[in-house]
Amino acid sequence: MSKHTLSVLVEDKPGVLARIAGLFSRRGFNIDSLAVGPTEQPGVSRMTIVVAVDELPLEQVTKQLNKLVNVVKIVELDQSSSVQRELLLVKVRADAQTRSSVLETVQLFRAKVVDVATDAVTIEATGNTDKLAAFLRILEPFGIKEIVQSGMVAVGRGSRSITDRALRPVERSA
Amino acid sequence: MTEPSEQLTGAQSLIRSLESVGVDTVFGIPGGAILPAYDPMFDSQKIRHILVRHEQGAGHAAEGYAVATGRVGVCMATSGPGATNLVTPIADAYMDSVPIVAVTGQVPSGAIGTDAFQEADISGITMPITKHNFLVTDPAEIPRAIAEAFHIASTGRPGPVLVDVAKDALQSRTSFSWPPTMDLPGYRPVSKPHAKQVREAARLILESRRPVLYVGGGVIKARAAAELRRLADLTGIPVVTTLMARGAFPDSHPSHLGMPGMHGTVAAVTALQKADLLIALGTRFDDRVTGQLSSFAPLAKIIHADIDPAEISKNRVADVPIVGDCRDVIADLAATLEAEAAAGRRPDIEAWWSQVNQWRETFPLGYETPADGTLSPQYVIQQLGRIAGPEAIYASGVGQHQMWAAQFINYENPNTWLNSGGAGTMGYAVPAAMGAKVGRPDATVWAIDGDGCFQMTNQELATCAINNIPIKVAIINNGALGMVRQWQTLFYNGRYSNTDLHSRRIPDFVKLADAYGCVGLRCESADSVDATIEKAMAIDDVPVVVDFVVHQDAMVWPMVAAGTSNDDIMIARSMAPIWDRDEGETGVELEPR
Repeated sequence: MSKHTLSVLVEDKPGVLARIAGLFSRRGFNIDSLAVGPTEQPGVSRMTIVVAVDELPLEQVTKQLNKLVNVVKIVELDQSSSVQRELLLVKVRADAQTRSSVLETVQLFRAKVVDVATDAVTIEATGNTDKLAAFLRILEPFGIKEIVQSGMVAVGRGSRSITDRALRPVERSA
Repeated sequence: MTEPSEQLTGAQSLIRSLESVGVDTVFGIPGGAILPAYDPMFDSQKIRHILVRHEQGAGHAAEGYAVATGRVGVCMATSGPGATNLVTPIADAYMDSVPIVAVTGQVPSGAIGTDAFQEADISGITMPITKHNFLVTDPAEIPRAIAEAFHIASTGRPGPVLVDVAKDALQSRTSFSWPPTMDLPGYRPVSKPHAKQVREAARLILESRRPVLYVGGGVIKARAAAELRRLADLTGIPVVTTLMARGAFPDSHPSHLGMPGMHGTVAAVTALQKADLLIALGTRFDDRVTGQLSSFAPLAKIIHADIDPAEISKNRVADVPIVGDCRDVIADLAATLEAEAAAGRRPDIEAWWSQVNQWRETFPLGYETPADGTLSPQYVIQQLGRIAGPEAIYASGVGQHQMWAAQFINYENPNTWLNSGGAGTMGYAVPAAMGAKVGRPDATVWAIDGDGCFQMTNQELATCAINNIPIKVAIINNGALGMVRQWQTLFYNGRYSNTDLHSRRIPDFVKLADAYGCVGLRCESADSVDATIEKAMAIDDVPVVVDFVVHQDAMVWPMVAAGTSNDDIMIARSMAPIWDRDEGETGVELEPR
């Protein structure tokens, strides 16, 4: 199964998240990650949903999502033509002995330290899934105390916007 | 034109909205949270409220009204248990794409989420079984919610919509103006089919040698029976109508092979299996039609037209997908093929017809008359169809009697066959017949019910008797949960675990009918069937209940056992046609299964 990133424009109304989450669960589709936030248009929210499905079930997912009355538009963003980011906050053990090595790793990954305690630092990092996974692998030996990570957000490259007509929505096959 | 806005209560606004959208009938039961709405309802000159005995009855009545008339059916209930009692009919309407609007009261907005008395999150509960739903807490939003609910329920692929209104929204003052502006940026059903797809479909049809028109309930929803008739006459292609499509195409038409599926005719099932092209119209390749999906119609290309894009290629990948309203699709297809026919191009299907006719002649629908002299249920249903005729409306429950009613009654008109196809809801028949009779008071309406089904919703006979809704009920009483018993006979070595209802003894259906103010009749022998039906037909002022006491061991045939291939259709117990490798050769083989 391959991963697909769907950008879903929805009306900002109560229950929309429940409708979408419910649809995924009852139709047997798995959500890898989900992020919701406002857009440049008032009353419209944007969800970035990462699903692991094959091509044909993906068509079912998008068609079923499109049937939800509060869903305005769905666009699939592929990896090469979009920028995909997740946010990671990680608390790492860092005492006098290891702190400089930890800070070096932070610099290498262009992350930043957002909180310092005597025996730990909290680091903020952004990037795609692979980069953040690599970052965590390097930090692991120092001792990771806590991880919190956002769902992925993604935006298409170039000047066009998801609200432009030019971007073909994933709607129907005929 | 927008009327100037007026000041009134949310409850008055709700009733005015229902009136303005054209509602003439509401089936419902009042209770605490919806009570404010029942006060202005009392004064309405336009809405007839029918007080049912159970909310499930209200929901199925709204469905029956909708299927018989083609208009949106409406039911109303209070919060909590009132609303949850609507869940079954809402789920039923969702599965069968029936346009209904359910209006429910909700606890006051300040109490929502506190586990207040009679609180249930009905919008949350019905999310997976409604086309859409609304929770209204602002009285100013009532007209818009009602307008949008009716629009969504009745357009595109129809379906149930629930509007849950908080009690304080009903009680507070608001302004009302009609029509409200609808705001549905995400709702754009496609109705006009793509011309290129229609041309491609026409090309496949002309090239085909073994085509079948596989017709589903969407054709009736789209009011496309006349267009279908034209297409069938034009091309001469064999037609099969699914359980939901009975009546979409006249049973008397020579091109009609009957119903496909688990209990379909051998000709219909086999034609689909051997076809080289299926023209699927408003149908969804349901498992009860396809049998084992991987071996369904293995040689066929698929043209699939449906108004719901999500149905296309859901179960079977379509070669030519057409999204659109069936009436437009069929009309466009017929026009294209008419032009081709004028140029002398038609599909060459003569050889196909001789093959199909052979199956039809070798394996007609039939049944055995019980040797012990007891009444054959199939005979009862067949005679009922003959005497009541194709202008009558038939509503059935779920089980053996439903299949026999689909097989042995000849349907000539759309919207005359009401049943619970997708959900398989026992108890559908009596309330659905009630709703149909309210919507079509001129028509004779028969509920054909089983003794099991009947006991799930027969309380609505009181509603019928009191409100002058003279339906007729034929109870096909075999004293058991017949279809389950049939499976126990076939697949559980005749171990009849909990399927004997003893309903030939308790209750006494004739006395029960009498207690409900209906006429009760009983029929136990073949020679009195016609006279009993005619007697029931002659009574027009009160509901009639006929207890047909029938043979217990009758079974529904043909049958494709669940999960098996349509190729393994059995015409009777341990009797399956042999399909020779040479096309068209048929015989009957006795084999233990």
